[in-house]
Amino acid sequence: MSADQWSVAGRTFTSRLIVGTGKYKDFEQNAAAVAASGAEIVTVAVRRVNVSDPAAPMLTDYIDPKKITYLPNTAGCFNADDAIRTLRLAREAGGWDLVKLEVLGEAKTLYPNMRETLEATEVLAKEGFLPMVYCVDDPIAAKQLEDAGAVAIMPLGAPIGSGLGIQNRVTIRLIVEGASVPVLVDAGVGTASDAAVAMELGCDGVLMNTAIAEAKDPVRMARAMKLAVEAGRDAYLSGRMGQRRYADPSSPLAGLI
Amino acid sequence: MISIVLNGEQRQVRSGSIADLVASLGLDVKKVAVERNREIVPRSTLADVALAEGDALEIVHFVGGG
Repeated sequence: MSADQWSVAGRTFTSRLIVGTGKYKDFEQNAAAVAASGAEIVTVAVRRVNVSDPAAPMLTDYIDPKKITYLPNTAGCFNADDAIRTLRLAREAGGWDLVKLEVLGEAKTLYPNMRETLEATEVLAKEGFLPMVYCVDDPIAAKQLEDAGAVAIMPLGAPIGSGLGIQNRVTIRLIVEGASVPVLVDAGVGTASDAAVAMELGCDGVLMNTAIAEAKDPVRMARAMKLAVEAGRDAYLSGRMGQRRYADPSSPLAGLI
Repeated sequence: MISIVLNGEQRQVRSGSIADLVASLGLDVKKVAVERNREIVPRSTLADVALAEGDALEIVHFVGGG
C-alpha cells in the first residue's frame, strides 16, 4: 500500500486529523493529546498577551511550532473585518499564511455568517493568505468559497462543540464531489465513529477539538480519533460493499448436510 | 512618560521604541505580534517605531483554541 497523503495549498501531510488546542486541563495534557492523535496541524487562537503576567507559560512552550503546523483561527470573530485583522496579526506572530477562517453568525449556534465569510475569504486571498474556511454544509456556498480563494473547504458536521456527529451526510458528500480543493469536516464530531463517517464520505480530513478535550480521558480519545480517521479513510479507499435490503449468506449454500 | 492604550488598558510607559516596550514587559519579541493604531507593525521594524502619546497598541500571541 503506498503512503496515503494529502496536500493543502502545496503543503503535504500524512495525518488527516487536525486537532484544536482549546479546553484542555493544562498544556501537558494538551501536548499529550496532540502526540496521541498523530496530528501534524493544530488550530490555535490569537489573543492579547497577559501583560501583567508575561512569565505565564505559553502554548508554544509545549507544542513546538517548528514540528507541528500552527493553523491560526479567527474563533470569536463575528464579522469579516475582525477576522481579517486577527489573521494579519497571526501572520505577523507566526510568519505563515496558512490560516483557518471562521466568521461566526451568532453565539447560540456558532453557525457561520456566510456573507461575511465569503467577503473575508476574498480579501484574505488577495492579501496572499491561504485560508481554510469553516462553512455551512452547503455545496453552493462551498463552490463560492473555492472561487473566492479558499484553499480548503471545512463544512460543519454539526454545531461547534455539540458532539452531535454528522447531521447531513448527503450535503457533506455533495461538497466532496463538487470540490477541487480539500474538504475537511470541521465541528460537530463527538466520538470516533463520527470521524470515521466523515472519512467514509470521502473527506480529506477532519478537524476537532471538544470531542478530544472534553473526553474523560482526552489522550485515549485522541488515539481513538487517529485510528477512526485512518479506518474511515481505508474504508473509503477500499470501496465499500453495496447495501441490500435482505440477507445474503456468507457461507456457501452448496454442500449443506 | 507617555500615556498609551495597551491591550485595551490605559498605561503610562517610558517613551521609546515598541521593541523597548515589549522587552520592558518581559515578552519575547519572537512570540508576539504588535498592532499600532490598527496597523500591523512588522517585527523587523519594532525597534524603529517610536511610541507616541495616545497610541493604541495590541500585543497578541497564540493561545489554545479550536
